[in-house]
Amino acid sequence: MTNLMDRPTPPGSDQPRAREPISTGSEWTFELIQKYDDEIAKCAAEFGLDTYPNQVEVISAEQMMDAYSSVGMPVGYHHWSFGKQFLSTSKGYQRGQMGLAYEIVINSNPCIAYLMEENTLPMQALVIAHASYGHNSFFKGNYLFRTWTDASAIIDYLVFARNYVAECEERYGVDTVEEILDSCHALMNYGVDRYKRPAPISASEELRRQKEREEYQQRRINDLWRTIPKMDEDDDPVRRRKRYPEEPQENILYFIEKNAPLLETWQREIIRIVRKLAQYFYPQRQTQVMNEGWATFWHYTLLHRMYDKGLVNDGFMLEFLQSHSAVVYQPPFNSPWYSGLNPYTLGFSMFTDLRRICEHPTGEDRQWFPDIAGSDWLETLHFAMKNFKDESFIQQFLSPKVMRDLKLFAIQNDDQEDVYRVTAIHDDPGYRDLREKLARQYNLSYREPNIQVWNVDVRGDRSLTLRHIPVDRVPMGKETEEVLRHVHRLWGFDVHLESVDDGTTVQEYHCPPRELEED
Amino acid sequence: MGMTHIVDRRLNGKNKSAVNRERFLRRYRHHIKRAVAEAVQKRSITDIERGEKVSIPSRDIEEPIFHHGQGGKREVVHPGNQEFVAGDTIPKPEGGGGQGSGQGQASPDGEGMDEFAFQITQEEFLDFLFDDLELPNLARKKKIRELEKQLEALKSAPEDLDPAFSHEDQIKVLEEEIARLKANVKRIPFIDEIDLRYRQHLKQPQPATSAVMFCLMDVSGSMTQMHKDIAKRFFILLYLFLKKNYKKIEVVFIRHHTSAKEVDEEEFFYSRETGGTIVSSALKLMHKIIESRYSPAEWNIYAAQASDGDNWNDDSPVCGKVLADSILPLVQYFAYVEITPQDHQMLWYEYEKIQERFPQSFALQQIADPGEIYPVFRQLFERKAA
Repeated sequence: MTNLMDRPTPPGSDQPRAREPISTGSEWTFELIQKYDDEIAKCAAEFGLDTYPNQVEVISAEQMMDAYSSVGMPVGYHHWSFGKQFLSTSKGYQRGQMGLAYEIVINSNPCIAYLMEENTLPMQALVIAHASYGHNSFFKGNYLFRTWTDASAIIDYLVFARNYVAECEERYGVDTVEEILDSCHALMNYGVDRYKRPAPISASEELRRQKEREEYQQRRINDLWRTIPKMDEDDDPVRRRKRYPEEPQENILYFIEKNAPLLETWQREIIRIVRKLAQYFYPQRQTQVMNEGWATFWHYTLLHRMYDKGLVNDGFMLEFLQSHSAVVYQPPFNSPWYSGLNPYTLGFSMFTDLRRICEHPTGEDRQWFPDIAGSDWLETLHFAMKNFKDESFIQQFLSPKVMRDLKLFAIQNDDQEDVYRVTAIHDDPGYRDLREKLARQYNLSYREPNIQVWNVDVRGDRSLTLRHIPVDRVPMGKETEEVLRHVHRLWGFDVHLESVDDGTTVQEYHCPPRELEED
Repeated sequence: MGMTHIVDRRLNGKNKSAVNRERFLRRYRHHIKRAVAEAVQKRSITDIERGEKVSIPSRDIEEPIFHHGQGGKREVVHPGNQEFVAGDTIPKPEGGGGQGSGQGQASPDGEGMDEFAFQITQEEFLDFLFDDLELPNLARKKKIRELEKQLEALKSAPEDLDPAFSHEDQIKVLEEEIARLKANVKRIPFIDEIDLRYRQHLKQPQPATSAVMFCLMDVSGSMTQMHKDIAKRFFILLYLFLKKNYKKIEVVFIRHHTSAKEVDEEEFFYSRETGGTIVSSALKLMHKIIESRYSPAEWNIYAAQASDGDNWNDDSPVCGKVLADSILPLVQYFAYVEITPQDHQMLWYEYEKIQERFPQSFALQQIADPGEIYPVFRQLFERKAA
């Protein structure tokens, strides 16, 4: 991969090379960044990358640390957890244990990418190609982002959220607001409706609606609890057995926002803010391999195109390729540096191989990918980028060759056995199985416990029961009771969580904890 | 083409995280206070020029989320197979363990995973040291000026099109921060500009560059470690105060029970004694040391005396006499703190008489608990402005 001769051939690569590279030194200037961007943009257009307008912002290392600690949100409400993030980031950076060279890019319109002033010119070009053309076109094209996020409204919404939280802090005190935020953060991964398409939002609209909601919401909640008949008046056994909600709800934050009996209106609004952020980050959590793979594929391809045009020289390419290989380095499972599959490596390998399957298909490719072997590679890559998420992308496009190249293998750890088992490797009998297993690994509901709102005891103690459906007997983790305390804080009444495996309750958690039965 | 907008953001505020960082410190103030209290035991009272590393157990700052625990059946795909084929088995290590979630979380800095360590600055260190007092930081004046400059620039600059950097927003943040800092500075007379004003009322220091600070402390049996810790913080404050005004500061430690001795700092604060108390022994020793080493012509002399108020009754009039006749004519300022929640004894009343006679150079106050150290210090030194 680091071989200069091993580059892909883009369309029209028979063009004569320009005589002069744009620059030869490694110092950047604003003019040079502009020139590089112009040329990268031209290359991107040749390949049909469709992007939001770009905004490239040069920032200092300290500002980059700020950006890191607010999980890439350019505007954020205040919270101690971001301060914690900042402390650990700056510690790592100051000791030189952590590079900050890589980009942060915001899914917004215009698409904001940060360049660090310490970067050399080739690094700046790499980041522009990677973020401003790679990620940017992914944000604009991928169906999850199109469905779940509104790039033109996010910044406004973040501003609204920050102001709202600040106002609440002023009115109700920092501690009170912090408590609610802590609890919401604990449930942030359970704040998304996976199957409902959310309405896009903008800040001014949001502000108007928030006022409306204030009035409407409280009325609605009062109604819910008022219309519930008292227990002694309602002895219809059918109605008493009926659960509320009738169908389990996966969006726990939404359910609490709409149904918790005691919350103040402003507290519901804060839950909503965290929910909206969860929704904004939801596509990123499901497309890490694809998104990084796509961006890495394009920085690699665009900068090679620049090289072919003679716009950059060998020195530039050497520095660029050194960074590139560091990004896609995959330590093997037995290396001390191993910490799981590197999403950059997997994604980059897959998009690169997808192009190969289109351009130079083998017999194996024709057998495995009859529809795309030999097809137009640009069209196929765009199709893959637009219509999949990590799980389905791997399921659909992980080729035997990539499995061989990365030497993938699956290990099963069953607590009922005293050995680990190698269940599939990169060979003919293993490919499909292995692909299946890897795809499943990126399924969010396999990675995180499947927990839903099961019932509210509307006729009794108003307790909330959550139900966990274990997969392969994997139990809930250590922090479960801690999280339940947060649920309890929001719900205001007793909270239960039951793990129900195949109709049998295998584990229960309660908040407040149940007294131990007396002997 | 040409759609890209390139912006130089480097001059924009970089302290976006300052509030979040402060929130973090605020939330864990109890942990930090404990670490600071431990650190101050180990530090010399003149060692106040640096911050401190603070460690908090990781479990205390975790943000819990629902996640999977150990157990059940799991499959994980790994890269880099060498010799495995399907169906191979690998014995599990003894004692269970297993591979967990497959997401190894190595600590990047070799520090234990169960500690979250970070650095607090000198000003924060002092803040926490005098926590209940909210001692504001030393650099705030400078910071206010910086912020005011930023505010000016922001107000005169054309509005940014990017709402993420909306001026209105930033102006609001800056204004709030400036107001907050100013309010803090008000509470800190001695460290910022006011100390210069106070100095006018002190005896003309000559030369203005050197000072000696005498720390006198009763170490008789009735002084507990808690008393001594309070005294230590008080002496640190005095040192800070002098540090603002003098280039060179020497510190002399005199401890006494029935007899006095010049000692090093370690012995001063941490060695134990028993027995009775004769305060005048320390005053006499102080006078002797001044005579032999610190000519008032060359040194500005300050003294702080800490005691729990005990004295051998016959000795208190002697103390008054030594102070009035030998010491006060030589020193800039002598402050006495009585660390006790109880009623005053003879020594206090003797000292009150001294204060009436020497209001410019002698003051006394009582401290009942650590929360009063700073206010008492303030009163002692504010009085000079009158």
